Amino acid sequence: MRFGLIISISKALLLARWKQTLVAAIGVTFSITMFITLLSFMTGLNKMLDGLILNRTPHVHIYKEILPSEKQPIDYTSDAHNFISSVKPKNDLLDLRNSSVIMKSLRDDPRVLGVSPKVNVQVFYNIGAVDLNGVLNGIDVVEENRLFSFSEYVVEGDYQELKSVPNSIVLGKGAAEKMLASIGDNIQITTSRGERVQLKVVGYFQSGIQDIDKVQSYVSLTTAQKLLGESNSYITDIQVKLRDMNKAPEIAKEYKQIYEVEAVDIQTANAQFETGTAIRTLISYAVGITLLIVAGFGIYNILNMMIYEKMDTIAILKATGFSGKDVKRVFISIALTIGVFGGLFGLFFGFLISSGIDQIPFKTEALPTIKTYPINYDLRYYLIAGIFSIVTTYFAGYFPSRKASKVDPVVIIRGK
Amino acid sequence: MEKTVLQAREISKYFHDPYDIQVLKKISFEVKKGEFTSIIGKSGCGKSTLLYILSTMDTDYQGDLLLDEQLMRGKKEGDLARVRNEKIGFVFQFHYLLNEFSVLKNVMLPGLKLNKLSAAEVEQHAYEKLKILGIQDEALKLPNQLSGGQKQRVAIARALINNPLIVMGDEPTGNLDKKNSEIVFEIFKELAEAFNQSLLIVTHDNEFAQRTHRIIEMEDGAIIRM
Repeated sequence: MRFGLIISISKALLLARWKQTLVAAIGVTFSITMFITLLSFMTGLNKMLDGLILNRTPHVHIYKEILPSEKQPIDYTSDAHNFISSVKPKNDLLDLRNSSVIMKSLRDDPRVLGVSPKVNVQVFYNIGAVDLNGVLNGIDVVEENRLFSFSEYVVEGDYQELKSVPNSIVLGKGAAEKMLASIGDNIQITTSRGERVQLKVVGYFQSGIQDIDKVQSYVSLTTAQKLLGESNSYITDIQVKLRDMNKAPEIAKEYKQIYEVEAVDIQTANAQFETGTAIRTLISYAVGITLLIVAGFGIYNILNMMIYEKMDTIAILKATGFSGKDVKRVFISIALTIGVFGGLFGLFFGFLISSGIDQIPFKTEALPTIKTYPINYDLRYYLIAGIFSIVTTYFAGYFPSRKASKVDPVVIIRGK
Repeated sequence: MEKTVLQAREISKYFHDPYDIQVLKKISFEVKKGEFTSIIGKSGCGKSTLLYILSTMDTDYQGDLLLDEQLMRGKKEGDLARVRNEKIGFVFQFHYLLNEFSVLKNVMLPGLKLNKLSAAEVEQHAYEKLKILGIQDEALKLPNQLSGGQKQRVAIARALINNPLIVMGDEPTGNLDKKNSEIVFEIFKELAEAFNQSLLIVTHDNEFAQRTHRIIEMEDGAIIRM
């Protein structure tokens, strides 16, 4: 009941100055709306841009690097420090030894979401008399699609034909344009061993990154192995997708030790994306929070004015037995009411505007999967905005309310 | 022998700004239950200052103040607010009603703050007080729809809502015309005689004071007659 009394007094004071209150609430609404819109849009863009690379990048990439041996024969017989100059790597295949066993044990690892093998083949695309550099990726079509959303980047044709049609290829869009190859055509390539092979184009691949699209094409795992003349155990890369991406560095380290291979985690391979994302998000937060603080000053001003206007009311409340604490509560609940209502409307309008932006068409050559502006509807930003609106309005109300609680009724009443 | 409701023991007060002046000089007196007392004196003799000390709103004084045989010295701000709420009814020269609330709600506020009775019971009490003062018909109006005399009566009803130990008034008729002053005086008299209510009224209206039970006359911060 006592709480109800405080609320009813706050309400009366609020309604007495409803125009100022409304302006204050609109300030909060505006800032929360902008905060939500800005963050939804910014993180949506971030997610899309990162997804462009990160979705297509394995969390742990296992491969074999052809390097000079770290330990030379003499190191096995002598403990002394040996100086050996001009060490050269041995001529070796890029084949991962024991790949089938490694893959089996990776699939049994509970931290691993999936494993997709890959064979890299260096080729030349033959266009009449001209040869163009190219890289064919031999992939396990089903796994590649499940883990790295392969189908999203196949802009024309059916990616599944890669599996069903023998000697088929999904050609990089850039390469296809150069070769004037349309779907259904046969193209000719030369492998590094000098063999000429005809492949049937079943689709176009477009990653959005031109340099990749000019060079890279996809074939099935078996086609790639056949091109190289290797057995079906020949694998050059294993791409691992983890359940928790953040564990990639330690897991990569572990695999490197267990399987005696090179293993690179996504964080090391793509450090620049994380930095860019973090800074863009930081800027959005900074702008949003600045807006809220400005709205907070608005509330502070309005409450201060209200206290000067309602000096008599405060004095009489205190004379009839309301303590300083009660008066403080009255003004804090006024501030919080502005914060809560302004905030709620802000969240609502923020959602409305971001879903509006979500409808605006946004088409670009570089981003084949995007049709409209990307928006991130993460509930977390709504939560942060809500909490922040309440916290700022609380502080905006705290200082004026402390002043109100210290009003000396004697001074006011004698002054009349 | 009636109970003592208020006791002042050698209360002194100084103003320090702009230079030290002693405005109250060792004031001692008592008010008994049911007494209708008035304090008179010329402007600036310290009678209002004394009243604010007695009402616990001003805590910067020397000497002791006892309300209901309890020492007020050393109590915290919140406790003093509670004492004012429960034991003191206050009527000022200006009515100080809250224009945002109806007359009834204005009267109820201190009762709701006390939180001893339910809202419905407080409302019923408020109606009773308004009836005693003859303004029950105005209960649902807003204060700014009332005449000056009616407003002051609402303020008196508000002072009475918690059945206080003592009602204090600071020039309660100062802003009223002859007729309304008379009404307010009659109300005070009735409260004292019919309801055994203690009243301590500061006034400079000698005619008003002459008709009270007891007059305390002050001059230059000291009591010269009582």
